[in-house]
Amino acid sequence: MSSTVWIILAGAVLTYLTRIGGYVVLSRFERINPRVEAGLNAVPAAVLTTLVAPAALSAGPAELIALVVAGLVALRGGMMSMFLTGAAVLIALRYLLG
Amino acid sequence: MAVEAIEAGGGTSQFWRGVRVAVPVMVALFPFGILYGALALENGFTVFEAVLMSLTIFAGASQMVGLELFGQNVPAWLIAFSIFAVNFRHILYSAAIAPRIRHWSPLKKTVGFFFLSDPQIAEAEIKAERGEDVTFAWYMGMGLGIYVSWVLESALGALFGQMLPSTHALGLDFLLAIYFLGLLMSFRKRSLWLPVVIASAIGSILAYKFVGSPWHVSLGAMAGILLAVLMPPATEGSQKP
Repeated sequence: MSSTVWIILAGAVLTYLTRIGGYVVLSRFERINPRVEAGLNAVPAAVLTTLVAPAALSAGPAELIALVVAGLVALRGGMMSMFLTGAAVLIALRYLLG
Repeated sequence: MAVEAIEAGGGTSQFWRGVRVAVPVMVALFPFGILYGALALENGFTVFEAVLMSLTIFAGASQMVGLELFGQNVPAWLIAFSIFAVNFRHILYSAAIAPRIRHWSPLKKTVGFFFLSDPQIAEAEIKAERGEDVTFAWYMGMGLGIYVSWVLESALGALFGQMLPSTHALGLDFLLAIYFLGLLMSFRKRSLWLPVVIASAIGSILAYKFVGSPWHVSLGAMAGILLAVLMPPATEGSQKP
């Protein structure tokens, strides 16, 4: 096998370890400290923010307006309506703004 | 908390409900799958190697970073370590999802963790917040839906990526950001949501500037999580459905 295949497989093993690692560490404890629980509760919002913030920072007007509109729709509608609205606004503005 | 009785229908309907949740993810991932496959061949991968990477790693951002490094003369261990660094955030996910899947058998957990991705943890948390059981069938419906489409898109990109049209006009390159924002908004009723978002945003932007990608994800997230840990325990209620 080529060295590329070996590197891919090493990357795969390391990635699986990250996917199971937090569980393995946490399952060693009988009870979860309330502060740890508060931290774990914050995980989705914290990580999702880091995936959006740099993209928003480097975005142009079309992307920013699409994000704002999608965010407003998310206050009322479901995931699908906010996603489709955001995509439609983005495509329209990119077409209009060039 | 999770109530077994709420599990609507049998395993099959749970599985398809999971697949349905995966649909926006499949759409948003499409351009990235194609782009990944095309870039892989540009960086000297064979079609087999490009598909093998999607099959075994199944984490788009880390695969892109890995490709970048293959193109340069970087030692093998550093490529593997960079993939690990981009995927480090999954450690947080597997800790956070632990209470939701406590009732799964060890074998189901071993299989399930392979499919733990950004949308997967977010949708599982949303489901749990509604008071529904995070069933293995639902989880695998979503996970396999994303997995199969990611592998197919990678293969398509590797085979036909050279004919890539401008995806910019279709807005394809920005769809994931919109999707992640939607997920982020769905957690807004959790305690400390806004402070966590602000801390993570500031942390990730600073880390992005001074440390660099991909560390801004783990470092930025740690800023928000630390804030939640250090704040005095909030009054219950906001996180209970």
